[in-house]
Amino acid sequence: MILQVEGVGKQFGGLQALLDVTFDLPAGQILGLIGPNGAGKTTLFNCINGVYAPSAGRVIFRGEDVTASKTYDMAHRGLARTHQIVRPLNELTVRENVTVGACFGREGHTLGKASQIADEVLAFVELSDRHDQLAGSLNVGQKKRLEMARALAAQPYLLLLDEVLAGLNPSEISRMVDIVKRIRDERSVTIIMIEHVMHAVMNVSDRIIVLDYGEQIAEGSPEEVANNPKVIEAYLGDPELAEQLLNE
Amino acid sequence: MSENKVAAPAKKLRFMPQLAGRPYLGLSLTLAVIVIMILWPLVTGKDITRETVFTILLSVTLASSLNILLGYTGYVSFGHVVFFGLGGYVGFYLLAIQGWSLWMAMLAGGLSSALLAYLLGRAILRLRGAYFALATIGINEAMRAFINNFKPFGGPIGMTLNFQVYRDYGGASQALWMVFYTMGALTLLAVTVSFFVRTSKFGLGLLAIREDEDAAEVMGVVAPKAKTWAYVLSAIFPGIIGVLFFFKNGSIEPAPAFRLHFSIETIVMVMLGGQGTVLGPVVGSGLYQGIRGYLLTSAIFKNIQLAVAGGLLLLIVLFVPDGVIGWLRHRFPFLRRVLQ
Ligand SMILES: Nc1ncnc2c1ncn2[C@@H]1O[C@H](COP(=O)(O)OP(=O)(O)OP(=O)(O)O)[C@@H](O)[C@H]1O
Ligand SMILES: [Mg+2]
Repeated sequence: MILQVEGVGKQFGGLQALLDVTFDLPAGQILGLIGPNGAGKTTLFNCINGVYAPSAGRVIFRGEDVTASKTYDMAHRGLARTHQIVRPLNELTVRENVTVGACFGREGHTLGKASQIADEVLAFVELSDRHDQLAGSLNVGQKKRLEMARALAAQPYLLLLDEVLAGLNPSEISRMVDIVKRIRDERSVTIIMIEHVMHAVMNVSDRIIVLDYGEQIAEGSPEEVANNPKVIEAYLGDPELAEQLLNE
Repeated sequence: MSENKVAAPAKKLRFMPQLAGRPYLGLSLTLAVIVIMILWPLVTGKDITRETVFTILLSVTLASSLNILLGYTGYVSFGHVVFFGLGGYVGFYLLAIQGWSLWMAMLAGGLSSALLAYLLGRAILRLRGAYFALATIGINEAMRAFINNFKPFGGPIGMTLNFQVYRDYGGASQALWMVFYTMGALTLLAVTVSFFVRTSKFGLGLLAIREDEDAAEVMGVVAPKAKTWAYVLSAIFPGIIGVLFFFKNGSIEPAPAFRLHFSIETIVMVMLGGQGTVLGPVVGSGLYQGIRGYLLTSAIFKNIQLAVAGGLLLLIVLFVPDGVIGWLRHRFPFLRRVLQ
């Protein structure tokens, strides 16, 4: 198991954002994490990578208890993530952004080696032609790929992707889905992927977990989850999504 | 899902090896400018030129040091003069009371400022934005109050140097030249350190912190450690030249050692030249001292020079936030390799 989440809970004042979330993630899989807005998906990522300390439960990464570690410790241990709201280092070039990932991630490369890795990763996410541009000047789709490149440059064992498809047009989505699959297959990186674009997440995930109001309401293969009445009910507040789910 | 199959053809990569092959051109240019300044008094042969250039070199050293924190790391230290004052005091005490040599005193001054920065860094670098800036002012004021009441350092009266000391350096007039060249050497060193910080992995971590500290940490930058070392590095040279300055001055008192507006002027210089660039603080110091020199000779502006500095800062922030060098780099991208 690369990651074990045991009874993780998180409270913000009176709000229970996560309650008793438990799952195991074997290496080499893509785990989809879905649920309506405000279900606690991003909060779960934040509890895993150390942005927040969970109010309850434990997080075990590669056999070690990492509950409430610092974010940079998690990065050094081999966990990388993207942000739902992109956070480019605006005044640095695209290539410098990615070099930061390689320099300070799991392997802590020297500057020279790191910029080589940056070039390779930029080619992988098809951002090479922008390498010399300031990150702030990219468009949304490119910024999403930059987030991805930065995380990949760290050569992580586990990659947390928070809505990397949001705001992309259909052709960009299919390019990104392709990249995600190749990350698992060619780089043998384990992935947890938060996603609202149902057909995409159903398509790439080996397994799916559904959160609703902070609780884990379903878990299983994409088909099992799509046919689970509880899941359909959770999405009923959003008929469009429910319909999409049913159509899968 | 049909579009998924379109595999991207392997693209030809046309990268310039900018990070790998470090461009020393920018550093060379900056150092050349400073060397010309150092040689200038020899050309004119006037003592007054030497004094003017001394002031500029002092500013360049302070501004380049502050730039490591302000320009690279993005933390505004309003009370940076505390390191100049504390280093100056410690060194002066060792020099005047304990009879140390100037060199050892300078070393001790630099190290004590570095130590103070290290201890403070752990405590106040948690604060972000305006809170950090306010804390640095508080520390400077607290240090001034402490020294004011600290008997070994002479309390409010301060300390004076026995004139005999200059004899060890070939007499008073000879000593002035020696102080000048020492200042020049320190300026070259400070700017070189600034350059190597800027182009190092450590420096890249600082830039990442400046842009987005939380995101930098998520990528693995150990921000508390990196910020502390940036603070320490930015404190060493102010400490060393504090000793040199007050040695030349012959006396030290709390008020001139911990003058807050000295800090503010240094910020103006960094901003004017271009924060975050190596050449910026050099250009900014030169320009600012030029303006100040003019204002001092003008009867109208003499008493409001600080207000002018404040006004200037406002104008820079509003209209050229990247400073002269930043603006040039933006406007003429081909200059980037030279103007660093
Ligand atoms: N720092 C915080 N302080 C207080 N409440 C928070 C904080 N972060 C998240 N929340 C709340 O926790 C709940 C879960 O938020 P979270 O961002 O994890 O949802 P999400 O599943 O990622 O939603 P979305 O799909 O909209 O991104 C929400 O009600 C949110 O308002
Ligand atoms: Mg979210």
